[in-house]
Amino acid sequence: MAHAQDHEHEHQAVPSDPALRVKALESLLVEKGLVDPGALDLLVDRFEHKVGPRDGARVVARAWVDPAYKQRLLADAPSAIAELGYAGGQGEHMLAVENTPKVHNVVVCTLCSCYPWTLLGLPPVWYKSAAYRSRAVIDPRGVLREFGTQIDAAVEVRVWDSTAELRYIVIPERPAGTENLSEEELAALVTRDAMVGVSKVPGRGEKA
Amino acid sequence: MNGVHDMGGMQDMGPIHHEQEEPAFHAAWEGRIYGIDRSLRSIGKWNLDAWRHQIELLPPADYLRMTYYERWLQVNEQLLVKHGLATPKELASGAPEPGSTKATPALTAAVVALRLGRGMPSSHDPAVLPKFKVGERVRARNMHPSGHTRLPRYARGKTGAIVRDHGVYLFPDTNAHFQGENRQHVYSVRFSARELWGEPAPPRDSVHLDLWDNYLKHA
Repeated sequence: MAHAQDHEHEHQAVPSDPALRVKALESLLVEKGLVDPGALDLLVDRFEHKVGPRDGARVVARAWVDPAYKQRLLADAPSAIAELGYAGGQGEHMLAVENTPKVHNVVVCTLCSCYPWTLLGLPPVWYKSAAYRSRAVIDPRGVLREFGTQIDAAVEVRVWDSTAELRYIVIPERPAGTENLSEEELAALVTRDAMVGVSKVPGRGEKA
Repeated sequence: MNGVHDMGGMQDMGPIHHEQEEPAFHAAWEGRIYGIDRSLRSIGKWNLDAWRHQIELLPPADYLRMTYYERWLQVNEQLLVKHGLATPKELASGAPEPGSTKATPALTAAVVALRLGRGMPSSHDPAVLPKFKVGERVRARNMHPSGHTRLPRYARGKTGAIVRDHGVYLFPDTNAHFQGENRQHVYSVRFSARELWGEPAPPRDSVHLDLWDNYLKHA
């Protein structure tokens, strides 16, 4: 941050360590009455402890066991997820897309980092990385292989580039051999990566 | 803007690093800047599109070098100065200049607790008519605006089909520059992988983009 024009105040240059810069920024903004530190605490707590992939997994498990729910989810995801108590954030314009034996869906945001916060929490670093954002649209099958996911040539790989305010969640295929599992047990099988579409849901005892 | 942020289709960006058991934030400051960002945006001096554009304006080498939340830190400092909420001197010292007024936070703990997250503007507006219908063939315009846009380079000039009408949204190209909301329909447009990437692409594969009326013309 030591720009040439700052030479008069070089001793006040912003520290380059982001931790120190953020600390200075927070104390300035609290002093100026622009930020409530209690609001920051709640937001951090929300993403560290309350919102995350298990929310999306509950929605997927419900869709697996209840075909009528799945139809509502595909037709109007915001209303369907509200039935399970999820709303707000970027969830208003959620869209669910379903994997089938013929179609495998993958979600990316090539321009920034759009992600279904409401159901999956904050995106992982790889989702926001240049490597994923650049390649997911031009070589999705190569990206999937990197995640250990093989998609048959007969299956359509359908990539969703989140260029607007729609947020996508993939309903993965229910793995074979899970007919006797409860909704809760099914939810425990559903991974974040499967809901982004870079992997499949492993059966019980299978490695992800 | 044909910036480095518009990454779709670029190659040789390296392998994807997949971290097991990844935490929400990798350091405490990442959570703090996340919260600061949400709090400052609630003040309403800048909108989401303007915020995204500020990130796009980072010099390309900085954009690629910085971590995700380092970018957030940088643009929040810049937006505070740009919109007159703080001075460079204050950012450097971490303390308000003498005589600066004290505001009331827009996003308080009570508001966060009540209303977890702010909704987007409604996508239902019967007064705004769609220009395209589901099933229609469309071509993404070959446009290269120097400001903010959400039409990625890799789709420009390409032909696809409207598969869904998402309703009405603010137009980022003008909203980011405070030049009006320009509400219009956004559609899911399906492009075949071959249309985008040529003959070697698998014949069945496709990429769907969400595109505004102004990005499209009849094919």
